[in-house]
Amino acid sequence: MAIDAATVRKVAHLARIKTPDDRLEPLAAELNGILSWIEQLAEVDVDGVEPMTSNVAQALRLREDAVTDGDKVTDIMANAPRSADGFFVVPKVVE
Amino acid sequence: MTDTTATSKLIQGRTGNWEIVMGLEIHAQVASKAKLFSGAAVGFGAGPNEQVSLVDAGFPGMLPTLNGHCVEQAVKTGLGLKAQINRRSQFDRKNYFYPDLPTGYQISQLYFPIVGEGVVEVEAEDGSFFNVGIERLHLEQDAGKLIHDLSPTESFVDLNRAGTALMEIVSRPDIRSPEEAVAYVKKIRTILIYLGTCDGDMEKGNLRADVNVSVCREGQYEKFKATGDFSHLGTRCEIKNVNSFRFISQAINYEARRQIEILEDGGAIVQETRLYDPTAGETRSMRSKEEANDYRYFPDPDLLPLELEQAWIDEIKANLPELPDDKRRRLMSQYGLSQYDAVVLISEQAKADYFEAAAAGRDAKLVSNWVTNELSARLAADGKDFSESPLPPSQVAELVALIEEGVISSRIAKEVFDHVWAGEGSPRQVVEARGLVQVNDTGAIEKAVDEIIAANPDKAAAVAEKPQAIGWFVGQVMKATGGKANPASVNDILKARLGL
Repeated sequence: MAIDAATVRKVAHLARIKTPDDRLEPLAAELNGILSWIEQLAEVDVDGVEPMTSNVAQALRLREDAVTDGDKVTDIMANAPRSADGFFVVPKVVE
Repeated sequence: MTDTTATSKLIQGRTGNWEIVMGLEIHAQVASKAKLFSGAAVGFGAGPNEQVSLVDAGFPGMLPTLNGHCVEQAVKTGLGLKAQINRRSQFDRKNYFYPDLPTGYQISQLYFPIVGEGVVEVEAEDGSFFNVGIERLHLEQDAGKLIHDLSPTESFVDLNRAGTALMEIVSRPDIRSPEEAVAYVKKIRTILIYLGTCDGDMEKGNLRADVNVSVCREGQYEKFKATGDFSHLGTRCEIKNVNSFRFISQAINYEARRQIEILEDGGAIVQETRLYDPTAGETRSMRSKEEANDYRYFPDPDLLPLELEQAWIDEIKANLPELPDDKRRRLMSQYGLSQYDAVVLISEQAKADYFEAAAAGRDAKLVSNWVTNELSARLAADGKDFSESPLPPSQVAELVALIEEGVISSRIAKEVFDHVWAGEGSPRQVVEARGLVQVNDTGAIEKAVDEIIAANPDKAAAVAEKPQAIGWFVGQVMKATGGKANPASVNDILKARLGL
C-alpha cells in the first residue's frame, strides 16, 4: 500500500492536524516506511486463528443500570476555553 | 396474509411512471436509567451539562464500561423483531469531528452488530399486510445537543444527551410509499413500547428516523427483488432525523418529486445527506457533512467483544410480553373481533388491556365499540392515555351490561356515558337517578304508537306503498317516549299496527 502526498493531506484534514505543504512528501515517505514494516506481519499464516482481542482471556465487564455519576459541571468545564451558564461555547456551527 | 408490495403506488412524471423505494434507519433511545458506557443519568429537563460524566465528556484516560441493561434491551428488541441475536458482537469507533461529539468518535457497531436479520409485519391503511425486512439492529451512543439561538456568533454545547444509548434499527429497501413508511415507523414504535425498550416519545426525539429515498422507473424494483442487484434501483438520498409521522410523509413526497424532476430534466442524483425543513416544506443538502463521510471505522480498543450466553437469551425470550401481532391474533380468536377492531385495539397496549378488562363476560364487539369510539375520543380530547382513564373498565362493562339486559338502548347509553364521564356515578346509578330505564312496557309503547298513527292517517297510508317510510314513525315514537322506548319493541308494534 503506497501513500502519496494527496492521501497524507486528506488524512491530516480528517484528523484535524495542520500539515504544511512542504511536510506532505516527507510524511508520505515516513508513513510508507511504517506501513511496509507492519506489512511484514502478512508473512505469518493465521488461517483458522481467532483474532486476539485481549492479552488475558476475559469477558467484557458490564455495569449495573444505576446512576452513579454526573452533577459535576465545574469539573466538566474546568478545561473549556470558553463557557457560559454551564454550556461549552464554540464558534457558530450551522447546518 | 397478503403482500401488497407489488401494488405500490406509481408516481406519474412527464416522461412516464416512477416508483419510490425506501429503507429506513430508526434511532430509538434505549429506556435506561444510566448511559450506555457511563453512570451519568439519562433524562430530560436537567440543567446544562449536569448529566455528564468525565467519560461522556471525553476526558483523557477515561474508559467506557458497557451498561448491561442496555444490552438486555437490545436483545429484547431483537427478539421482538423476530431477528437473529448475535451471541458475539463488537464495538467500533466511527470517527468524525463535530462540537457535539467530545471524544471525536461515536462508539457504534459496524462490523458485528448485536442483532441481525429479522422481519416486521406491518398493517397498511387498507387493512392488508406487508413485510419489511430488518437488516440489523446495533447499539450506539447518541451525541450532545447544540443550541444556536443564544448568540449570533456562537453555538452552545450541552452534553447531557451525549453517550445515551440508542438502538439503530436498519430496514431493507422494502418500503414503497410515504404511507408505508409511516405505517412501518408506527409499527416499530408500537413494538418498542410493548417491549418497554424505548418510550417512543417522538416529540422529545427519543424516536427519530433517517429515510433513504430513491426513485426508479416502473418495473425496476421488481427486477431488483428478483436479482438482489441494486443497480436496478436509483441513487438514494438520506433525509436525516425526521421526528414526526407527518414530516416523514411530507419529506418523502417532496424528495421523490425533487428526484423525479432532476431525472426527467436529464440530470443525475447525487448521493448525499439532506435535511427536511418543515417550515419551508422541502429537503436541503447538508453540505457541511459531505466531506465527513470518511469515518475510518475501527474496533474500539477500550472494549472487548460482547459475548452472550444462549441461556441468558433464552430467558429473555421466555419472559417477553405478548407482542402486538400475537395480541391481534388472540383478540380475534378469543373475542371474535374483526381484524379492524383488533388492529385498533392493539395500537396501544393500554387500550388493549382496558378492552380485555372490560370485555370479560360481555358482548366483546359492543365493548370494543365503546372503548375505541366514545372512550377513545373523550380521552384524546383530554390528552389522556388509556392507563390514565378516569373511567375504570368495570364502568364500561356495566354500561354494556345494561344494553345487553335491555335496560337501556344504545342511544340512551350515549347519554348515560356523558353523565358517568361527568362524574355522576356508575352507569347503573345514573340510569336509576335519572330515570333513563328503557320502556319495555309494551302497553305504553302501543299507546304512543296508536296516538301517532291516529294523528297522521296520510303518513300511515303511505307506509303501505313505501315500507321504508316506517322510519319516520319510529322516530316519532322515540320522541314521544323521550328516547326510552325499546327500539325492537317499537318496530314490532309499528309493523303490526301498520299491517307490514
